Amino acid sequence: MLAVNAPSLSAPIDPPLTAPLRDWFAARGWQPRRHQLDMLAAARAGQHSLLVAPTGAGKTLAGFLPSLDDLIAHGGAEGLHTLYVSPLKALAVDVQRNLLTPIEEMGLSLRVETRSGDTPSDRKARQRTRPPHILLTTPESLSLLLSYPDSDQLFETLKTVVIDEVHAFATQKRGDLLSLSLARLQRLAPDMRRVALSATVADPDGYRAWLAPYGDIDSVAKVVGEKGADPDIAILLPQDRVPWSGHSGRYAAAQVMAEIETHQTTIVFCNTRSLAELIFQDLWKANEMQLPIGVHHGSLAREARRKVEAAMADGKLRALVATASLDLGVDWGNVDCVIQMGAPKGSSRLLQRIGRANHRLDEPSEAVVVPGNRFEYLEARAALDAVEAGELDPDIFRPGGLDVLAQHLMACACAAPFDAAEMLEEVRGALPYSALDDDTFERVLNFIADGGYALRAYDKFKRLTKDTDGLWRVSHPKFVTQHRLNAGIIVDASTLDVRFKNGRKLGTVEEYFAASLTPGDTFFFAGMSLEVERMDAIDLVVRATARPARIPSYSGARMPLSTNLARRVRGFLHDPEQWARFPDDVREWLEVQRYRSILPGPDQLLVETFPREGRHYMVAYSFEGWNAHQALGMLITRRMEGQGLKPLGFVANDYALACYSLDPVTDPASLFSPDILEHEFVEWVQGSALLKRAFREVAVIGGLVERQHPGKRKSGRQVTFSTDLIYDVLRRYEPDHLLLRAAWEDARARMTDVGRLGDLLDRAGDTMVHRDLPRVSPLAVPVLVLIGRENVAQGSADDELLEQAEVLAAEAMARD
Amino acid sequence: MVPLSFAGHEFLTRPDGALFWPARRALLVADLHFEKASWYAAGGQMLPPYDSIDTLRQLDAVVRALEVEQVWCLGDSFHDAAGCTRLSDAAQRLLRDLTQRTRWTWITGNHDAGMIDHCGGRIVEEAQVDGLILRHEALAGETQPELSGHYHPKLRVSVRGRRVSRRCFVATPTKLILPAFGALTGGLDAAHPEILRAVGRGAEALVATERKLLRFPIAA
Repeated sequence: MLAVNAPSLSAPIDPPLTAPLRDWFAARGWQPRRHQLDMLAAARAGQHSLLVAPTGAGKTLAGFLPSLDDLIAHGGAEGLHTLYVSPLKALAVDVQRNLLTPIEEMGLSLRVETRSGDTPSDRKARQRTRPPHILLTTPESLSLLLSYPDSDQLFETLKTVVIDEVHAFATQKRGDLLSLSLARLQRLAPDMRRVALSATVADPDGYRAWLAPYGDIDSVAKVVGEKGADPDIAILLPQDRVPWSGHSGRYAAAQVMAEIETHQTTIVFCNTRSLAELIFQDLWKANEMQLPIGVHHGSLAREARRKVEAAMADGKLRALVATASLDLGVDWGNVDCVIQMGAPKGSSRLLQRIGRANHRLDEPSEAVVVPGNRFEYLEARAALDAVEAGELDPDIFRPGGLDVLAQHLMACACAAPFDAAEMLEEVRGALPYSALDDDTFERVLNFIADGGYALRAYDKFKRLTKDTDGLWRVSHPKFVTQHRLNAGIIVDASTLDVRFKNGRKLGTVEEYFAASLTPGDTFFFAGMSLEVERMDAIDLVVRATARPARIPSYSGARMPLSTNLARRVRGFLHDPEQWARFPDDVREWLEVQRYRSILPGPDQLLVETFPREGRHYMVAYSFEGWNAHQALGMLITRRMEGQGLKPLGFVANDYALACYSLDPVTDPASLFSPDILEHEFVEWVQGSALLKRAFREVAVIGGLVERQHPGKRKSGRQVTFSTDLIYDVLRRYEPDHLLLRAAWEDARARMTDVGRLGDLLDRAGDTMVHRDLPRVSPLAVPVLVLIGRENVAQGSADDELLEQAEVLAAEAMARD
Repeated sequence: MVPLSFAGHEFLTRPDGALFWPARRALLVADLHFEKASWYAAGGQMLPPYDSIDTLRQLDAVVRALEVEQVWCLGDSFHDAAGCTRLSDAAQRLLRDLTQRTRWTWITGNHDAGMIDHCGGRIVEEAQVDGLILRHEALAGETQPELSGHYHPKLRVSVRGRRVSRRCFVATPTKLILPAFGALTGGLDAAHPEILRAVGRGAEALVATERKLLRFPIAA
């Protein structure tokens, strides 16, 4: 919806619109919204601007309005006027509605074109010689545009860059890249205005600083959209009891189906792809009216996803089961209910998902949260309270990735030779790189040139050389081609194609998941139960089967419980007055916990120890989220090993960590001391798969290795190298290499939540309350039931696992 | 090191993928791929220039520890025919020293056929030792027992949620494929169709751990 459909007000529009715009609004009986006019005022004053507004507030038009106004005022002069950057490739629907339709209806002769990886190369070439007035693109395609020698001419006419959905990626590596591109654009077009459009965020000033050149926050006008109607969110409870365990809310299939039946179109959000598959199966079984429902997630083949999206757009589906693959952008006007399966993990995320329903500001969006277990009930309650209080999750702005900087500098070198000092000055204008020191910058340049190794073995292979004028230039055109083929920020995990025997591709699964399958295994995928026939290095060949499927486990880092929801859940535990709002069995659970153990205060770290069936358990209720707890579990069991407690393993969820051992823990404080981060943590991260995964990503983004292009498959003969091996060699011979540093920073900051881990350990000494119990406590149950999918303790375990596998394989393959 | 009988001969397998033949004090290694990193560097992928020296140091340590008298390299020892000319001074010294201290044989492979320089040792296309054929790439119709390299076999298994990936030997009663020994050599799944085509039915993947030799049937 573009604007308020209201009777025209007597007050004049301020600032006044140019005639075609004014007439266009009038012809529709529309009134421009306040924030749309505020954006126009900021533009006319030459200010950068950040618009913060909820979904459905007409943000996209607010972003384009000043450009249309200016283009009209200047008679549509030739040259690129506005660049629109979106994190999504599929821009079509929203832009059609908010840009192309108004242009057409106003009869303006403006050219609007898109440019992404899918744009044909002849059109791309033409866009550079005869640019449109408005170019719609992605951060990656913009970076590539900047790598062309004629980019200075292309962008010299640029007046405005509009960044959409900035909240979705500014704090990530794609945000780093865009930030650097903005610094470059500003140099090519000094008067260019920066405009960003954001959903409601906790800290708009953080985004203003990110958007501003050289972090000058005052140069960015903050425009706030009007608040929409409060959403109408309910928690769906099961007909009998709130379950002890599980994350999925699968018990609720029939109730969810009932919601689908009473609404026009429902989106059912799940936190993981595997859960989406399972929920889809459950709903299908409960779908007595045979309503058309679909499933959508990032592992499905692109064609399958497009088909489902088209069916949604045409209003042919009554429900779509989806994952984060739908978190962004795709707008379907007819969605009137959003269901969140399992806990929402954060209030911002919940709000954004709810925003997918009902794009009308003045009507409440309808949503239902289905908690999977008792803790998740508390979390759902906390999320609803947070939404009601307008409390959002904080976004953490981090220093920019050095791998991204390397990619950007190579792009700049491809366009034209540059002076290092000038370039450093320009790069520091991008907030993520404002603190970049001279030495690191020099090392990044040397890394691009020849890998930057202490052993200067590659002088004759340099990709960048410093010429006699002191300018850095690309030494051979082949490296320009290579850069353009390999640039990009998203590095996919290595995957296998899931195919039928006839070759039809259903989608992809990550390699580690495929490695856990053997022929004859069954799993859910693309809404079907599939049996593995065979697999090789690139394909997982399957057939449809009626046999029940085992649960697929796509693991990897998860979205952890946000700090603000964790704080609210802790508050609930300590505040029995709140319990009156809870269902009987949740209240009873807390009451028995209080009777049998204690309920920790908001600042206390409760640690319980108790024996059970010949094992000893230690459960810590630390509420720091799954990722931090996984890391902590590894470290604590190592320390228990060192203390001779014979640890057997650990399990963790977002709320608690449980370790179990043959001998009891009597002094938990000795396990939770902060020095664990100095010794065991470093050792563990360096040896772990986390760091290798991080290294692979920085190696590709930084341009050390070429990315594996889909379609260009690894054949049997052409075995390439593995980044794991490069990592091993580099660690042995040059442990302080730039890329190891970049990988280490990524692993720390983005993969293990080390900040939260550190906070926890720092306060553990003062806040720990230890209860030694005769038996398991009620609060411990939700985490203990996870045992069975356990992590084994470290050590020489790999060999033991292999030996177990040998026994299993022998059993399975026996021909008797 | 753990024992392995093959075609009537007794060998010791090592976790690093080398095969020791105590009766002849011979060490067999496959696919060293020296100067693989610099080959890629010439094409713009600046891999760490430490792969050759790393592989050589490991090899040198094995040769010393086992008092090896002869070394058989089963092909693709250099990543390309000119690889030897790019070795660093330190790597050249170590390699010359090794080829002088032992009876050293380079069997050529598809990567290093027609090698220009080799820092000592003799070059052959294939060899026959005590009834065993040594060559780079397994020959499908070969009737005699044969030791070869080329495929860089690797076993990947997932147990209790953890993935373990190891260099492995692939064996049938008459064929034994060695894993790659080189520091930057990736691997091909032991069950890859190309490997199965090369060795035929009934193959096993053998993983040497410190304590025992693990055997995994390979599903065809």
